[in-house]
Amino acid sequence: MLGRSANGTFWLFRYLERAENTARLIEAGFRMALTRDIGAASEEWRSVLITLGLHQAYAARHGDDVSGSQVFNFVLRDRDNPASVMAMVETARTNARMVRTGITREVWEAVNESWMKLGEIFARPVTETRLRDVLDAVRRQATQVRGAMEGTMLRNENYYFANIGTFVERADNTARILDVKYYVLLPSLAAVGSSLDNVQWENVLRSVAGERAYRWLNAGQMDPRGIASFLILDERFPRSLAFCYAQLASNLMLLAREYGFETEAHAIQRSGDERLSSLTIEAIFEQGLHQFIGEFLACNYRLAQQIQRDYRFVE
Amino acid sequence: MNRSSPPCFDEMREPDGTVRPAYHGYSQWLDAQPPGLLKRKGVEAEAFFRRTGITFNVYGAADAEERLIPFDPVPRIITATQWRKLSRGIDQRVRALNAFLHDLYHRQEIVRAGRFPERLLCTNAAYLAQMAGFTPPGGVYTHIVGIDLVRTGEDDFMVLEDNARTPSGVSYMLENRETMMAMFPELFTRVRVREVSDYPRRLARSLAACAPAAFAGDKPVVAVLTPGIYNSAYFEHAFLADQMGAELVEGSDLKVEGGRVAMRTTQGWQPVDVIYRRVDDDYLDPLAFNPSSVLGVAGIMDVYRAGGITIANAPGTGIADDKAIYSFMPEIVEFYTGEKAILPNVPTWRCSEADALAYVLDNLADLVVKEVHGSGGYGMLIGPTSSKKEIAAFSAKLRARPDNYIAQPTLSLSTVPIFTRAGLAPRHVDLRPFVLVSPQGIDITPGGLTRVALKKGSLVVNSSQGGGTKDSWVLDD
Repeated sequence: MLGRSANGTFWLFRYLERAENTARLIEAGFRMALTRDIGAASEEWRSVLITLGLHQAYAARHGDDVSGSQVFNFVLRDRDNPASVMAMVETARTNARMVRTGITREVWEAVNESWMKLGEIFARPVTETRLRDVLDAVRRQATQVRGAMEGTMLRNENYYFANIGTFVERADNTARILDVKYYVLLPSLAAVGSSLDNVQWENVLRSVAGERAYRWLNAGQMDPRGIASFLILDERFPRSLAFCYAQLASNLMLLAREYGFETEAHAIQRSGDERLSSLTIEAIFEQGLHQFIGEFLACNYRLAQQIQRDYRFVE
Repeated sequence: MNRSSPPCFDEMREPDGTVRPAYHGYSQWLDAQPPGLLKRKGVEAEAFFRRTGITFNVYGAADAEERLIPFDPVPRIITATQWRKLSRGIDQRVRALNAFLHDLYHRQEIVRAGRFPERLLCTNAAYLAQMAGFTPPGGVYTHIVGIDLVRTGEDDFMVLEDNARTPSGVSYMLENRETMMAMFPELFTRVRVREVSDYPRRLARSLAACAPAAFAGDKPVVAVLTPGIYNSAYFEHAFLADQMGAELVEGSDLKVEGGRVAMRTTQGWQPVDVIYRRVDDDYLDPLAFNPSSVLGVAGIMDVYRAGGITIANAPGTGIADDKAIYSFMPEIVEFYTGEKAILPNVPTWRCSEADALAYVLDNLADLVVKEVHGSGGYGMLIGPTSSKKEIAAFSAKLRARPDNYIAQPTLSLSTVPIFTRAGLAPRHVDLRPFVLVSPQGIDITPGGLTRVALKKGSLVVNSSQGGGTKDSWVLDD
């Protein structure tokens, strides 16, 4: 497999994953904003922009005025925003065209169809009335690509690089949400268990589509430690850091088996994985949740860089 | 405008409306279909093409980066008898082309024999000095040829262009057939049509058979070299690589290492034995040709000359696409095969010759004038459909550089019906069959790409100029 194709496949799936997660974050932000007064709503939108790393680009375009529909239009479809969902889907498609011979016809068609459908949907401004349908469409398209991939791709290097891209990105996205919202989960001076806290906690879960699963596992009891533990350490939840690292471990291991050699990246992944499995949530809180997340993000970034070097993504 | 419109040959119907034998089966089937079927299927086909991404990029078209080549659902049908004759003619012509290219880059017997003017060679930009005295692996120059044929009568097929350099369009031949079979499955149970779908397998086999002798193991490594996703034919490059199970590489994936051309894989550098390149000679090697090229591989020509890789088609074959050289093809065929050419050329005036130039200038309004190195329908004059002003402007260009042009009569190209809003209507077509050459022989896929001018009366079939395509059938005996 060409290094350039591995690069294209890796980024194809990173962009698709990021586009989908961005839609989830918008959905959670929108729901939160609906239940709050105007001032708190713009605070919520601001935190969505910060999580996505778009606050500066947004300020350059719209100044201080953080209103819902302006934010989600910027994040979803603004032509001047290279990190918009539409731009990411377009970049994903460009990568898919480039690696056309390494993905199946079904995967290519699903990606191409997403690009066409979302191009139509995003051709006009998204209103609050339309937002839910639009976000549904983004998620459904992502699901279709994943289904085509699972159902048709050979389990070989192409598939492993696709998965590695997906889970590096997903781990990053979940960690970023925690990074921005960690204070919501810290022991607070306000009355614990107030309705405001509950809404905030639920919103963190909602950003990663985990509220149903969490409630089911915990019989509806919300508590910040449990939520942090669920998002960081619970290997059953497909958007937790532990799950992503277990997937990375298995895909990197399969790659090493196919190639007959391990690389630096394996060592980095293993150290990240060991940290996740050796720490308890108590230890994480003792160390400082924010610091822990910061370190995790740095490690995840190092891993991605190392994979690109080890497998000759670029000359 | 259309002052001389001789009756042209319609391939489906005789002048009195009787259906010709080639179309009997199709016509019977069509008559039994409900009205509106073709229209509905046409809409389906377009959606299908968009979804599968069968598009081409148009240079200079800013609005639509990717466009579809319009597909017409009425097949173009050739009988088994006609095809046999065409095949013999194509086979002969391709043999002659390869012998001619070998001769041009070696002893130039044809020049010595006084049958071909030396001046056409020494000033020709497509003649590559780097190829002189070198014989490509297996002696093959034109691994893939797409000869453009036009038809003017029942038995009158002529060669319009040889396309010995990098013919494109084969993916449309394959996808058009797939589309037709998906849209009208029952049609294929009624009419026996010869298969084209194994072309990629035949291409892979043919290319592998051309590997350099030293590396002709049981599985030579074949790669398709593309200029990248913004090239107009990128879809085809990816399609062929995919179908052959070959790597699709760009210049930046390759380098010369240890006397081989190698590609950068996730596990290190892997040597390539055969490269099916879809980049022009000029961009192939910045050390040997255009130094600013980033599409090629620095040093590939040295590896090639040392026998380390096969390049398909061989560099320097483009000279056979020169339209001035084309005009000598009847002599060339006779010189190398000792036979009369089975397929005639279209009559051609070489404007470099004073008499011919005078005639062409006097008759511009009736002629088609082309640049000798042109392709894709760019930079040509079609006299009968041009304004006085356009003709005057072209005449000035022609006088300034007569060597750069050839002229041909406006042919009354045959027509095949296309589906229009008003029902079936005849439109002009050409045919590009695809030919593979290897030391094992010449392999012609029964069928090809039929290009069709969609505008009524138009003779321009090029996709870059708004032409469409049809599925091309060769009937089984």
